[in-house]
Amino acid sequence: MNASEIGEFVGALFILLGGIMSVISVYGLLRLPDVYTRSHAATKSSTLAVLLTLLGAFIYFWSTAHFISVRLLLGIVFVFLTAPVAGHLLVRAAYRSNVKLADISGTDDLHDVLHKEEK
Amino acid sequence: MLAQLLLNIVIAFLWMLLIDEDEIILTTFFAGFLVGIGVIFLMHRFFGTRFYLRRVYATFKLLLIFIWELIQSSVLVLKQILSPKLKIQPGIFRHETVLRSDLEITMISLLLTLTPGSVVMEVSPEGNVLYVHAMDVESERGAILSQLKNFEKAIMEVTR
Repeated sequence: MNASEIGEFVGALFILLGGIMSVISVYGLLRLPDVYTRSHAATKSSTLAVLLTLLGAFIYFWSTAHFISVRLLLGIVFVFLTAPVAGHLLVRAAYRSNVKLADISGTDDLHDVLHKEEK
Repeated sequence: MLAQLLLNIVIAFLWMLLIDEDEIILTTFFAGFLVGIGVIFLMHRFFGTRFYLRRVYATFKLLLIFIWELIQSSVLVLKQILSPKLKIQPGIFRHETVLRSDLEITMISLLLTLTPGSVVMEVSPEGNVLYVHAMDVESERGAILSQLKNFEKAIMEVTR
């Protein structure tokens, strides 16, 4: 087993892990009770999944074709820049339009603050 | 900080010109850059600021801490999703941050939102209170708080 074969294997392993992680996040999306907890499953677990997939592709091209793909790395950077902004805005908009938290929820420190602002 | 980096590049450029080769060779530039790092390390106290590579090092450390937290909390969230009975108690808690400037607040919200299990829902208008929605508040409070402290410390090393 030479170096390029090992690289191929590692890349494939990363992509497989990323795929498994996406499947689990979709399962979480279907299963969790409300918007807020779903956003955890949807936006967050998928950041790691995307990271693993792109990294796997990067390692694969690097080891087999000796080609350092800057575009894949830039893809990771931009996913990591945009995903949290989208997640934050979705959750914030949901809360501001009075979407209820799930019944199992515990503390809610934000409710009083926003309510006071409205008065 | 920026002045030090600029000076370093100037030193590298001068080094390349003074070696006076027939063509521009990148390795000569990097040799000059290394020399520049040495010179600036000896001289940096005259700038009145910290050595700029220390900030680069702090950024690198922040990145490593972030990746570690990302993996840890991803595993946690995946475990919670896959557990046969949902035993979570999501909730919103408020956290007063010690960070002050806009850049620092943006960085901590970005990092917190990126790590699974916590989303920043609101930032107070003054910018010193974060409202964080967490997947499992009661049993994970300690873990989330220690994660917050970790990030705050690492960010402060970068920006101050």
